[in-house]
Amino acid sequence: MPTEVLMPALSPTMEEGKLAKWLVSEGDEIAPGDVIAEIETDKATMEIEAVDQGRLGKILIREGTEGVKVNTPIAVLLSDGEEEDGGAMQSGSKAPSAADTLSSIQSQIRKIESARIDAPTDAPTEGPVASGAADMRDPELPIDAEIESLTVREALRDAMAEEMRRDRLVFIMGEEVGEYQGAYKITQGLLDEFGDHRVIDTPITEHGFCGVGVGAALAGLKPIVEFMTWNFGMQAIDQIINSAAKTLYMSGGQMRCPIVFRGPNGPAARVAAQHSQCFSAWYAHIPGLKVVAPYSAADAKGLLKSAIRDPNPVVFLEHEILYGQSFDVPKQDEWLVPIGKARVAREGRDVTIVSFSRAMNYALEAADILAAQGLEAEVIDLRTLRPLDTQTIIKSLQKTNAIVVVEESWPVCSVGSEICAIAARDAFDYLDAPPVLVAGVDVPMPYAANLEALALPTAEQVVAAVKSVCYTDK
Amino acid sequence: MPDTKVKKSRGAVRRSIRKRESPSSKANGKSALGLVFTPKQELFAFREMMLIRRFEEKAGQLYGMGFIGGFCHLYIGQEAVVVGMRMACREDDQTVTTYRDHGHMLACGMDPKGVMAELMGRKGGHSRGKGGSMHMFSIDQHFYGGHGIVGASAPIGTGLAFANKYRDSDQICLTYFGDGAANQGQVYESFNMAKLWNLPVVYVIENNRYGMGTSIERASSTTDLYLRGRSFDIPGEAVDGMDVRAVKAAGNKAAKWVREGNGPYILEMLTYRYRGHSMSDPAKYRSREEVKKMRQEHDPIEQVRIRLIKNGLAQEEDLKAIDSEIRQIVNEAADFAQNDAEPDASELYTNVLVDV
Repeated sequence: MPTEVLMPALSPTMEEGKLAKWLVSEGDEIAPGDVIAEIETDKATMEIEAVDQGRLGKILIREGTEGVKVNTPIAVLLSDGEEEDGGAMQSGSKAPSAADTLSSIQSQIRKIESARIDAPTDAPTEGPVASGAADMRDPELPIDAEIESLTVREALRDAMAEEMRRDRLVFIMGEEVGEYQGAYKITQGLLDEFGDHRVIDTPITEHGFCGVGVGAALAGLKPIVEFMTWNFGMQAIDQIINSAAKTLYMSGGQMRCPIVFRGPNGPAARVAAQHSQCFSAWYAHIPGLKVVAPYSAADAKGLLKSAIRDPNPVVFLEHEILYGQSFDVPKQDEWLVPIGKARVAREGRDVTIVSFSRAMNYALEAADILAAQGLEAEVIDLRTLRPLDTQTIIKSLQKTNAIVVVEESWPVCSVGSEICAIAARDAFDYLDAPPVLVAGVDVPMPYAANLEALALPTAEQVVAAVKSVCYTDK
Repeated sequence: MPDTKVKKSRGAVRRSIRKRESPSSKANGKSALGLVFTPKQELFAFREMMLIRRFEEKAGQLYGMGFIGGFCHLYIGQEAVVVGMRMACREDDQTVTTYRDHGHMLACGMDPKGVMAELMGRKGGHSRGKGGSMHMFSIDQHFYGGHGIVGASAPIGTGLAFANKYRDSDQICLTYFGDGAANQGQVYESFNMAKLWNLPVVYVIENNRYGMGTSIERASSTTDLYLRGRSFDIPGEAVDGMDVRAVKAAGNKAAKWVREGNGPYILEMLTYRYRGHSMSDPAKYRSREEVKKMRQEHDPIEQVRIRLIKNGLAQEEDLKAIDSEIRQIVNEAADFAQNDAEPDASELYTNVLVDV
């Protein structure tokens, strides 16, 4: 029976890629282990190896084709005696299951040793455009500024590049930030522009290199320490809290620690309990730190630039799933977003939805659904988690009298539960209903796709929560 | 616990006592080789070590009287290490250490009044009363703490050295930690990066034989800490840390090596603390005889005093005059601290963040 060769997913978050080159031709005999094609993602070029024996019957996707979706058939492999009749596969009725076929494909990272089995993942170059923000110009963006569409990934890179051009004391260190161009490609091109004096590949020793960064900051440099993910930043949390956050206080104001710790935080896709979790509450708890968790690309850029210029240690929580998402960003070198100020992402009169980072997607989607049903939600993007902009929240509650908080982290002792407490304490008289928190489920992140989906909040849950605090069931 | 284990443990203790009889044995008797101090250097070392000794004695006394609270780790017995290293280095070289740090601060030239006031939590302290014994800093004296977490000084010192190299400065960083910290993972992460990037850092391991109450033999699979850089290709040397001349000689060599761009260097200082780990330590883990023997036979200050007298560089009265001069400085520091006010209540909220 002919076998369809499908476009493989080369990482947990890859949705499509470019079929860069066929290394075999129709009619070629193929043995297990033969490299048959090259696929490009926005991060790397990978090779596909055949596992099954057979003859390449037909190439379905020509080389050079971009945007080939994962699981699209790209070729047909024939067994002995089989002929490519052009009709056998067309209906798809005889096609093997995707799982069967994928098992016959292996991918390898070419020329790059996989330093960490869990590390590199991909996101599509052009991800989905933010709902709610796509069809309207962000009211906060300067009216006369030229606007460009950037992914969060590009915005973060531009922020670092601009600040490194501006200040020679700024440098970046971390795993794979240099030659590899960033495990998530955030540092793409920085090594070429700034050299290995300022773009420093470190060993896989978070505790150590984080402490080296802190020491360099105490000496007056302005390090950006990249954690491949914040999951690994846990190894370094002592240096972040006990050294970076406290030294100013312990020195009576003498010793500054101007440093940015950054990397992807929060639930990723299908990487299970140890690589899929939100640390927002951990760092937001610590006096002496500033904690930033941007959603949009404009905020990612403007806040990262502010963080690099800030004389204090800043924990900068990014989100892997947002890296490929595009937003409008003002085209100007001095695009700075102040730390400590929330943003009203959407105005409304009926309910206040407070969120941050990727959970903003659920909040904005819910606001769209609610609008169609006649409920106008005001959506606040916290952007900074410490110090919290409580005034913006309270001001909104004075208008809407109801609050739903949306976050992806666990609900116990979370940023969201803190917002609920603040609302109950400082805006009690304005509230018509108790605050409601829509958060991740209080379990370690499961691997199975269905369980993972159940562990995360949804727009539907947000809609239901809004209706409950607005006492409506329409 | 199996009986064999007990026996093994006892054996280890006996071995360690034998070693303690002569701190210079592991250092191959290097302390005697070509290490003649000038009269000026002898007197300088005597005075500096004496300042630390008297300061720490006073701190211990004030702790007992309730003026100093919390943890207070005294440096008595280890004075030759920090004084010898300061004599081997430049004034603008950085120093960073862990929490047994009073001696380092005084050797770096920080004002004894400010140090004592900080110990007492007064507003005139180096950290305005907010750091305490374990957390003091001085940008002017290139002293970067004072860190309360065992092992944390290693990457921080490596980072200070990184900054020196980044700036193309020829300053070096003296990074101190103890034998206990020498088993910490972040120390080895630091060794690796320091050698990988050839950073100008001297790691000074103050091996005083006990990590709190656990002897090095009971905590470390290998006890020659100067060899701990071997897998990273970092040269190391064991030094008689009770002999200030040996410390300075080894420090000179290490500083030269490091300053010339050859990367890190490890000095294992074989030293001894006379007091407990902290003030609340009953010190049941070692015998009085062990401490007494060390004081009598290897005291770093006594060694210098004897040489000064024997070589006719000073009379007993001269040294007594120095001692009383130092007691005066220490008493003034204690008076200053005791009369200084506690920090204003408003200080509770200052210095959490730098205002932007």
